[in-house]
Amino acid sequence: MSVAVGTQVAKARRGRRGLIALALVWVALLLLLPLAAIFWTVVRAGFSSVTHTLTQPDVLHAFQLTAIITVITVLVTGVFGVIVAWVLVRQRFHGRSLLNAMVDIPFALSPVTVGLAAVVLFGPGGWFQPFFAARGIQVIYALPAMILVTIFICIPFTIREVVPVLEEIGLDEEDASRTLGASVWHTFFKVTLPNIRWALAYGIALTTARAIGEIGAVLIVSGLIQGKTETATLFIYRAYEERQTAEAYVVALVLAAVSVGLLIVIEVLRHRQEKERTRT
Amino acid sequence: MSTPIVVDSISKRFGSFEAVRDVTFRAPAGAITALLGPSGSGKSTVLRMIAGLEEPNEGRIFMGDDELTIKSVQERQVGFVFQHYALFRHMSVADNVAFGLRVRKESKQTRDSRVEELLDLVQLTPFADRYPDQLSGGQRQRVALARALAPQPQVLLLDEPFGALDAKVRQDLRRWLDELHRELGVTSLLVTHDQEEALELANQIVVMHEGKVEQVGSPGEIYDEPATPFVAGFVGAANVLHGEVVDGHVHLGSIRIPGAAHLDEGAAAAAFVRPHDVVVTSDEDGTDAVIERVASLGWLSRVSLRLPGGETLVAHIPNDDLHGAAEGSTVRVDLRNPKAFMAPERDSQDETATLVS
Repeated sequence: MSVAVGTQVAKARRGRRGLIALALVWVALLLLLPLAAIFWTVVRAGFSSVTHTLTQPDVLHAFQLTAIITVITVLVTGVFGVIVAWVLVRQRFHGRSLLNAMVDIPFALSPVTVGLAAVVLFGPGGWFQPFFAARGIQVIYALPAMILVTIFICIPFTIREVVPVLEEIGLDEEDASRTLGASVWHTFFKVTLPNIRWALAYGIALTTARAIGEIGAVLIVSGLIQGKTETATLFIYRAYEERQTAEAYVVALVLAAVSVGLLIVIEVLRHRQEKERTRT
Repeated sequence: MSTPIVVDSISKRFGSFEAVRDVTFRAPAGAITALLGPSGSGKSTVLRMIAGLEEPNEGRIFMGDDELTIKSVQERQVGFVFQHYALFRHMSVADNVAFGLRVRKESKQTRDSRVEELLDLVQLTPFADRYPDQLSGGQRQRVALARALAPQPQVLLLDEPFGALDAKVRQDLRRWLDELHRELGVTSLLVTHDQEEALELANQIVVMHEGKVEQVGSPGEIYDEPATPFVAGFVGAANVLHGEVVDGHVHLGSIRIPGAAHLDEGAAAAAFVRPHDVVVTSDEDGTDAVIERVASLGWLSRVSLRLPGGETLVAHIPNDDLHGAAEGSTVRVDLRNPKAFMAPERDSQDETATLVS
């Protein structure tokens, strides 16, 4: 009997170790290996290829464009994401579950489809094209359309991070704040926002990573005008096509480094905040 | 300094559910008034309407001569203590207490001295820099109380303040709140489902049931002169004996229980008798009862008795009065201070009395 139990325990232990090993190998192969490969390629090409690439006007412009699109996307999805999340959790109204489902549409659609939809709306002969053309505003094949599609694709991240935290916190703290005389705004900035700030930070980090990496939708609406509507990812795409592989790898490495750096910053901030709260 | 609260026929509906129906009472200045009732009786909703966290569908609420119902939550200046503390989890204890003062734009000096004063009052001075998740439940609720009192509210509203605490802490905190209230004398409303808590702390009790007020009175009145069968059953334990009204008495077989003069002759009635009102006697008027079980509670015993008609009664009898009577023997008992009410529709025909507590 005890022997049988013993082998059962040993079996379970082996099984657990096997699963841990599998998880580690999976992460190593699928996440770290590609990063390592890019890093290795750049290192092999030498430091001069890095400085050479990063001083090209096209490359600098591409990074600048990606930065503009990312900052605007983060601001817009951050502000509206918190508002929509708050409405979803705190308000009860007809159509609430419909709104809840609609939030996930960008997850379900291929970015290429999103880009095509933007062309239908703003492209030549599009629904809104006459309106903007009459006012001399170039939407498609220009920055506005590129920002619009990126925002669309990034809508769910902040909302999906903030909603569960708002639900968990409940209403009591906000009620307490109001009975102590705080206005709705004061309550939001001093009570609600500090409680959701880490969820919001995660949402922003994910949004940033997604906005930096977006290519499908932006590819369709940008018109691929070199040095004008070319983001960092579009630069990689074109450079690779044109067999300028060294430049492509350097830019790709920079993008990867930014994303990884972002994750590290968030982790450190969160860690610090937890330490602050457990000090005695 | 303290002000009475007047609740004038307020009602509240959530969809088709009537949570509060035409509730009226007055909470005297400087006293503790308890809103007592089972869960779902609407007592918390009444409190939240006084605070302005819910809006009544009908009726008005006053604080002194001020109408509260036309004011926003922020303008009402009430202190509110929540069952689950509702402390701001990202703020230290001192910052929690200072919150209401910051909102009122008090100077840093006023703020600091007031926070110090209040932390001293709730005996948490050494914990000023801690965060709520580093405190025990009892400590958290004391912080919540200090936070509510900091802006010197006219009234203090407490929503099941001890509900989330364990029995021992609850006892301590109850006594402590009693002392604190004697010291401050702020008009307080306490929502609770715990009759002991209400009887111990309150100067006045409002018993609520299914959204309506059953009775308003002093703890003594509520306990000794319940106005409705619900109050008789909910506040304190009571045996319920069902019978018929004859000659101003409730008759159960051979037993005649007095106190039914106000009921219609021949009507079905229920008599409520408290366990400690079942008294061993040598009087001729008493009733013979068979002792079924005796459980000692120290100096008194909890005795299950069977009456001649088959009804069972629970009695709390001092051990000395039992004279060592064993299970199976017969004692003569007197049923004192019965309260008779018209019986609600009876759904079962068995004759046993039920003990409600």
